[in-house]
Amino acid sequence: MGEPVNSQVQAFVARSLDLRGLAPEQLLQHLIAVQQQFGWVPPAAVHALAAALDVAHAQVRAAVAFYAFLHDQPRGDFDILFSDNITDRMLGNQRLVGLLAERLGLGLNETRADGRVTIGLTSCTGMCDQGPALLVNGQAVTALTAARVDRIADLVDEGVPLARWPGAFFRVADNIRRCGLLLSNPVTDGASLRRLLENGADTALTELERSGLRGRGGAGFTTALKWRFCREAEGGDRTVPRFVVCNADEGEPGTFKDRVLLTSYTDLVFEGMTLCAGVIGARLGFLYLRGEYRYLVPHLESVLARRRAEGLLGKGILGQPDFDFDIAIHLGAGAYICGEESALIESLEGKRGVTRKRPPFPVISGYQDRPTVVNNVETFLAAARVVQWGGYWLRGEGTDQSAGSKILSVSGDCARPGIYEYPFGTPVHRVLTDCGAGEVQAVQVSGAAGTTLAPAEFDRLLAFEDLPTAGSFMIFDRSRDLLELVRNFAAFFAHESCGFCTPCRVGTALLRNLVEKVAAGQASAHDLQELRDIGPLMRQASYCGLGHTAPNHVLNTLDKFPAIYQRHLRSADYSPSFDLDAALGCARALTGRDGVADHVEEEA
Amino acid sequence: MSTTLRLDGREIPFTPGQTIMDAALAVGVYIPHLCHNPDYAPHGSCRVCMVGVNGRLVSACTTAALDGMTVESNTETIAATRRSIVQLLFVEGNHVCPACERSGSCQLQAVAYYVGMLSPHFPQCFPQRPVDASHPDFMIDFNRCILCELCVRASRDHDHKRVFAVSGRGLASHLVIDSPSGLLGDSQFAASDRAAQVCPTGAILPKHRGYEQPIGQRLYDQAPISVVGDLRAQPGGD
Repeated sequence: MGEPVNSQVQAFVARSLDLRGLAPEQLLQHLIAVQQQFGWVPPAAVHALAAALDVAHAQVRAAVAFYAFLHDQPRGDFDILFSDNITDRMLGNQRLVGLLAERLGLGLNETRADGRVTIGLTSCTGMCDQGPALLVNGQAVTALTAARVDRIADLVDEGVPLARWPGAFFRVADNIRRCGLLLSNPVTDGASLRRLLENGADTALTELERSGLRGRGGAGFTTALKWRFCREAEGGDRTVPRFVVCNADEGEPGTFKDRVLLTSYTDLVFEGMTLCAGVIGARLGFLYLRGEYRYLVPHLESVLARRRAEGLLGKGILGQPDFDFDIAIHLGAGAYICGEESALIESLEGKRGVTRKRPPFPVISGYQDRPTVVNNVETFLAAARVVQWGGYWLRGEGTDQSAGSKILSVSGDCARPGIYEYPFGTPVHRVLTDCGAGEVQAVQVSGAAGTTLAPAEFDRLLAFEDLPTAGSFMIFDRSRDLLELVRNFAAFFAHESCGFCTPCRVGTALLRNLVEKVAAGQASAHDLQELRDIGPLMRQASYCGLGHTAPNHVLNTLDKFPAIYQRHLRSADYSPSFDLDAALGCARALTGRDGVADHVEEEA
Repeated sequence: MSTTLRLDGREIPFTPGQTIMDAALAVGVYIPHLCHNPDYAPHGSCRVCMVGVNGRLVSACTTAALDGMTVESNTETIAATRRSIVQLLFVEGNHVCPACERSGSCQLQAVAYYVGMLSPHFPQCFPQRPVDASHPDFMIDFNRCILCELCVRASRDHDHKRVFAVSGRGLASHLVIDSPSGLLGDSQFAASDRAAQVCPTGAILPKHRGYEQPIGQRLYDQAPISVVGDLRAQPGGD
């Protein structure tokens, strides 16, 4: 967007400070606003924010460098980021990227000389059931076709503001295909809150315990226990502030069910948060919303405003004088790691999203080192229903250790991608049948960090005791080269590692490089052994779950689909990663010689 | 009543609140480490101090000692894990030991010897990192930074200056300096800062003096780090 003059930047920062306040915790929210306004974070904004919030310049710059959606160099007036999940690739996003780049006359990760447009790639934007997708200045565009991309090129060249782009481009469908316990009924009128006020927090906790509800974000911690720990933290001292955080940083590739819950089951989510606040004694809650879902903010704010007007939020909820609770929306800015609860809390505090040391766990020391409950969107929704309808209601479905239902995000090679809710204990093949998947080669359960399943395992059960899942369910038919899945996930983790610990920071990069070496036909059996060695090192020695799970897809596919590697191998023994001819490229460029004699012949 | 844990079969006393690392250091048992320094809060980022507890690997510097706990440290499997982690640190940066002023009094090098590292093993990343020589008394060679954040912690918690921070993410994570220009010379950094003394590698080096002590006569040339311990434990540093 060109260079703004410093006074403009300072004036904008001053307005943002008025609006969002001077707390250092607001740093990231200010930076996001600046990025939106100017298309980058100019140095003048860094200086102004560091001074006003009393944080170090280095901390501000470090935050800008950490979050993928913040930039210290100008982006184009139209900042276009194609979602680059494997499901987008399977739907042909690479051809569309090429098409748009060609039409607009620029390359990937370039800003056009006139400053009009930048094209880049970004991690999964959560539109896998209606991809390929992209973000333009943070707004989601779905269902891309060559015709749509062509039209986008025209709109960009004509400089048409986003507000005047066709509304259909920004249409996001729910695609709910199968409703169970939770999805059958989106309506609530504060019933669970009335239950809480009638029967008290202990009864609510008892119902939650009875229900066996476990966290839906993947780890499966018992919800009642988490809430009880938080309630009883600090010796139960009611004067100590407590916080409720809803983790809506749905960043796991292939997951999009939280987007649908936030769109069409919004009241239930906020009600679950309010219920939690009533139980643990919190007065403030946060919805941490991934930046990719920023388009939802007006809708979410309107629901919050209505609930305040209805007496379901704010001061004196349901007329109870000491029941005050409100919810603020905090945006993320492109960082998968912030889905990890302690990194999310760091990000809520305006910092780089780096995982905290645990223990202490957030229930003891979370936001601002105060007791904090962090739960997934779906968990809050389920908790509200459990307290409304009782613990046995949830127990009516599912298995021993996995009560109730799970909402799945189904995408990839199937006739009907979308949202499916099943009782826990449902076999994988049932989902495949329902969504119209045929000739299935593999299923990736629970996202890039999850498990790659071969057909022999399709009778395994979706449940904590067999296949725990945060909800991502990606299908690959026999026409696919699964090495493309591996390349996509390996690049994803190398991009998303926060960089704090050695095994993950370096290991993710080494895995990506080795996988690319395989794909390039340069690898040997030795390299496959390296993959097998680095993977367990990361699993065992990394600091947090990202590093523990990042090699799963490599190790799973090496075991279950060895042929996808074998057919690319150059030699059975060893081939060097060092390319002598490429290394001489610098010398050739310096001397200006590039003839046949200036190249090293490849050995046969 | 005393609390003890069992480290490689040896009964070790500790006081509640101590970590496995604290307990081991107190009785003179060496667990290799790089980001740990008892003067600062445990960090747990380098992962060199991994030990086995209940069949899992945990970092000794951040894991609380528990009464009756059984800890494995000196096994071939754990040694191999530590060796790989140190190799990862070596290939990530540009560590040229024979040409480094710190050779012989460098903890990274000494730990590498201790864990039996004979080669970098993994392909080198060869990052391009410029040197910052803007300060009159000290220089920073980012090529040798292992992101242990000891300078970050020392500057923040001891010097109360916040001269250093880590920026970026993933393999692009890097140390940055808090000054308008981003240069050390424009920052609050002073030669007398504790942050000037804590670097376990040759990343933060004093100017105007070099090789005062000949290579071959330096701390870790004389005895392994498992015997003489960290640089900080030595009178007068290196």
